[in-house]
Amino acid sequence: MLKRLRERISLTDVFMWAVGAFLLYIIIRGSIATLVLGKYSARQWFDIAVSGLAQGSIYALIALGYTLVYGVLRMINFAHSEVFMGGAFTGYFAADYLNQIGQLQSQPVLSLLIVFTVSILTSVGISVLLERIAYRPLRRAPRLVPLITAIGASFVLQYVFRGFFGSQFKSYPEVDALQGNFTLMGDFTIGKIEVLVIISAAVLMLVLYTYVQRTKTGKAMRAVSEDKDVAALMGINVDAIIVRTFMLGAAMAGAAGVLYALMFRNVQFFMGFFPGIKAFTAAVLGGIGNIPGAMLGGIFLGLFESIGPSLFLDGLGIPAPYQMKDAIAFTMLVLVLIFRPTGILGERLATKKA
Amino acid sequence: MSKKLFALLALLTVASMMLAACAPAAPAATEAPAEEEPAEEEPAAAFECTDALGCVDVAPGDPIHIAWIQTVTGATGPLGLTNVRGAEVALNEVGFELLGHPIQWDGEDSLCSIEGGQAAGTRIASDPTVVAIVGTTCSGEARGAMPLISEAGMVMISPSNTNPDLTNPEHPDHWAGYLRTAHNDLFQGRIAAEFAFNELGLTSAATIHDGSPYAEGLQAVFADVFAELGGTVTAQEAVNVGDTDMGPILTSIATGAPAVIYYPIFEPEGGYIADQMCDVAGLENTVGMGADGLLTSTFPGAAGDCAVGMYLSGPFVTPEDQADFLASYNELFGEGPAAGFGPHSYDAINMIMGAIEAVATVDADGTVHVPRQALRDHLYATSGYAGLTGTLSCDANGDCATGEALAVYQVTQENVDGSVDLLTNPAFWTP
Repeated sequence: MLKRLRERISLTDVFMWAVGAFLLYIIIRGSIATLVLGKYSARQWFDIAVSGLAQGSIYALIALGYTLVYGVLRMINFAHSEVFMGGAFTGYFAADYLNQIGQLQSQPVLSLLIVFTVSILTSVGISVLLERIAYRPLRRAPRLVPLITAIGASFVLQYVFRGFFGSQFKSYPEVDALQGNFTLMGDFTIGKIEVLVIISAAVLMLVLYTYVQRTKTGKAMRAVSEDKDVAALMGINVDAIIVRTFMLGAAMAGAAGVLYALMFRNVQFFMGFFPGIKAFTAAVLGGIGNIPGAMLGGIFLGLFESIGPSLFLDGLGIPAPYQMKDAIAFTMLVLVLIFRPTGILGERLATKKA
Repeated sequence: MSKKLFALLALLTVASMMLAACAPAAPAATEAPAEEEPAEEEPAAAFECTDALGCVDVAPGDPIHIAWIQTVTGATGPLGLTNVRGAEVALNEVGFELLGHPIQWDGEDSLCSIEGGQAAGTRIASDPTVVAIVGTTCSGEARGAMPLISEAGMVMISPSNTNPDLTNPEHPDHWAGYLRTAHNDLFQGRIAAEFAFNELGLTSAATIHDGSPYAEGLQAVFADVFAELGGTVTAQEAVNVGDTDMGPILTSIATGAPAVIYYPIFEPEGGYIADQMCDVAGLENTVGMGADGLLTSTFPGAAGDCAVGMYLSGPFVTPEDQADFLASYNELFGEGPAAGFGPHSYDAINMIMGAIEAVATVDADGTVHVPRQALRDHLYATSGYAGLTGTLSCDANGDCATGEALAVYQVTQENVDGSVDLLTNPAFWTP
């Protein structure tokens, strides 16, 4: 009995569990100490959580692009962050123009719809080109080849945008209708932009999920992700479905670009880099290849980043805890991967393709 | 396979972040023996080089080579690119010509890291035609590059290194042949603290840095001086480069209710802080204050209405000089400077050109000889130089911008609306 157990559990596993247990201990101890300290009021916790939720929704939208492409092609599209940047960038030109002719302030709903459309179309365009030029010729190449190409494509896109539009930060115009707060109860408030970001992200993700689960194209996508060759034998046009998948992910990234720009009001050629890395992390956290997983992963990551430093580290008396924000986010990733190596919802994938 | 790969990747990422966050910028390896490297000496009949470091000889028709070492790609790329372009504004004014020779102006990307600085420094230092260098962008790069450059007998002026160690003669990162037109953090941090405490009468402060040696050094000086003057420092926080959501950190800072938040960081993070400060309960009346990293044309627009009334410290320049510089810059590159150190770079290259003119010997046939040690000495002896960034006087350690050349500016509603460029604001206060 004991011998069988010893054969099943390797030394590495034990070590990883020990690391995991230690991290958990620090987290729990820090959280208790912070709560006992009582530095933050309930309202402040609420504010922190809401901004984490908004940030997380954006991560989730971008993460969908990584996860969708991974689902069908088993490759990580590192240029996806530039698809996001491209959308946000052209959205800026639309928003700036609408602002100059006064449309943005007088008819904010219509204007925002236009901005979203422009940005989504650009992102989709970039993504389709990317697939056609950089990935399709390498469909049968070893796995690492498209990965390197993706990184190269990412640089090309960044510097094309820098070449055309300069390296200055461009600021999105403020939409007056989105300024200010909603008051919930008592002194609990929530910013209008944050409400917009969280709700539109939720709606978009719902639409995407329904599309993949309920439509014929969605079914074909799932079939391709199961097995490309068999799907082709069943009469599915695999190339068309792959393009469709890229488009879907890019549309989410384009929308995320506008939401990001509305919230943070800065666009620049390098803006995609960090959100891209975070969204990729979110996709892995949720179980890469799994759509609800990417959504959950994004929101978890956003929340960990905003709440984590205050909750875990303040109580331990660590100075400047927010500097450790990224470390906390990645520690969470490590913790999840130690106890669930396939990510939060990654189970189904593991049995089939790993 | 893939799960293990991910776990490994994640672990590596955490490890590298910890290293990046904690590494106190280990002093660069400086093992190379100090051997005299005689610059290629042509036996010229009329001219004999007696300079301790040798001379650069430029034959008629050959270019005088001035190089740059700057970060021109990546997240800090715009900062270095602005430095390169700031110098090009000055070079354009003289038509890329000096002493009847064309100027060869090229350089290396140094990636804002010690290793990048070392690699770029190796390339530049191995080229004996290089007379002088405008560099580096980040203080870390100077740590990597300076040992090589110093040994090659060259001279380098940085438009944007502000770390105090680089001009501290006690410190191993201090090298002969290094000067800078950027402000040493010791000056700028002090001015900011004095302004907040004495001028504005604010008695509690919080600081935010971004983990860069620049911001961390500045906020440390600010906090020390502020406490020394009798104020209380409620928090010294830090964000990461790439952070967008500042709500949580500002909420955390609000628990200490500071009267002023000093965040000497860069765009875009500085813009996010300025923008999001208004929405945080408890910071409604808190004054925001930044440094020259945020003194750019684009910052007020990016920060929005919330930034109106905040203060920024930076070089004291007259609006007229600055307007001329901005006009040429816009004309040459089709956009304004993306960062705040363009004028410093403009001054750096002008000092270099002036010094070459002063120390060079020109033969009858047009051959130019630039003695290296004399060039260094001349630059170190600069005094009362009327530059775009104020009056520059270099000390023996290489600091050319003194505390008097600083000023505090206030962001106005016109800056935010874009009708008036922040860089052409008159100084709000001078020490």
